[in-house]
Amino acid sequence: MNLILLILAGIFVNNYVLSQFLGICPFLGVSRKVETAAGMGMAVIFVMSLAAAVAWLVYALILVPLHITYLYNIAFILVIASLVQFVEMFLKKAAPALYQALGVFLPLITTNCAVLGVAVLNMQKGYNFIEAVLNGFGGATGFALAIVLFAGIRERIADNDTPKAFDGFPLALLTAGLMSIAFLGFSGLIKL
Amino acid sequence: MANPLKLLKNGIIDENPTFVQVIGMCPTLAVTSSAINGIGMGLSTAAVLICANLFISLLRKVIPDKVRIPCFIVVIATFVTVIEFMLKAYLPALNASLGLYIPLIVVNCLILARAEAFASKNGPISAIFDGIGMGLGFTIALGVLGLVREFIGAGTLFDITVLPAAFPRTLLFVMAPGAFFTLGCLMAALNYFRNKKKA
Repeated sequence: MNLILLILAGIFVNNYVLSQFLGICPFLGVSRKVETAAGMGMAVIFVMSLAAAVAWLVYALILVPLHITYLYNIAFILVIASLVQFVEMFLKKAAPALYQALGVFLPLITTNCAVLGVAVLNMQKGYNFIEAVLNGFGGATGFALAIVLFAGIRERIADNDTPKAFDGFPLALLTAGLMSIAFLGFSGLIKL
Repeated sequence: MANPLKLLKNGIIDENPTFVQVIGMCPTLAVTSSAINGIGMGLSTAAVLICANLFISLLRKVIPDKVRIPCFIVVIATFVTVIEFMLKAYLPALNASLGLYIPLIVVNCLILARAEAFASKNGPISAIFDGIGMGLGFTIALGVLGLVREFIGAGTLFDITVLPAAFPRTLLFVMAPGAFFTLGCLMAALNYFRNKKKA
């Protein structure tokens, strides 16, 4: 399988947010400003590529040899939770400004279903190690692209006069719907 | 102990997980392409929520405060695994159509939020009723969303054709964008009535 196609498919065709509904909570929650959205996107790219790699190793080296693959869900979520903790400590030290900006949302990466989703999908599709990591990276890049574009649109909308009943979430959801239609244009471009 | 009926009403209406708290959005949007899928997902989540609430409430004095989140997650993941096996054994068709989103119940923020905000602070019986209320609120929201999308997108209700064949189907509504549109419009309608009530 062509590895570049795998990344492109993750970014555009099977975009996690807009066509598979993974990671909607941070997508709606941290998308008021482009800067924070970009920070969140970066954090997710980092965590998700790493999580895909570690989850694959845990599955192939621990769960399969011990015949306890039915515990995959518990194992993956623990791996992801500890990874997020690690990233949080790293950011606190290395980039305090970014840490301040992301605030409460960093721990929430644990419950970003896209991260667990990638780990489970990699397992279900039987990807090898490199494919799994690239799939995680591509999916996360797709998430970052979607959230940054979305934040840009929301910044513009915030300055406009909108119907009162649509303020906040309803308008954000409609915007996401329109973006999702745009991304439908990519469907069928790459078949995996 | 709080009044059970009040807890039920709180979960279903006052603090409805989907329409008021806006949490647990991923399954809400992803599996509501038909009413049956929506209700199946809602009930699976409710079952996990009730069991997790009960156990976390029973263990609330044993779990050290500092590591409570990982503990909660392990409890939740255990029950999700149980539900996954039960669905695979008894309802394989539903399991196939919900697919990836069954293991992902683990990361449904609704369950963790209830564990943190309610079950870890209240007794087991209150926790069960909170779980039932929130679970039903979630199920109803997913069911309504599924009904609307299935009706507009495929012209059926619970897989029974209700619209005449000549009536055009808006296929977009059972695809990804339709989920966003439907939920956005439903929430806007609720906002509208709430604002009107206040005024």
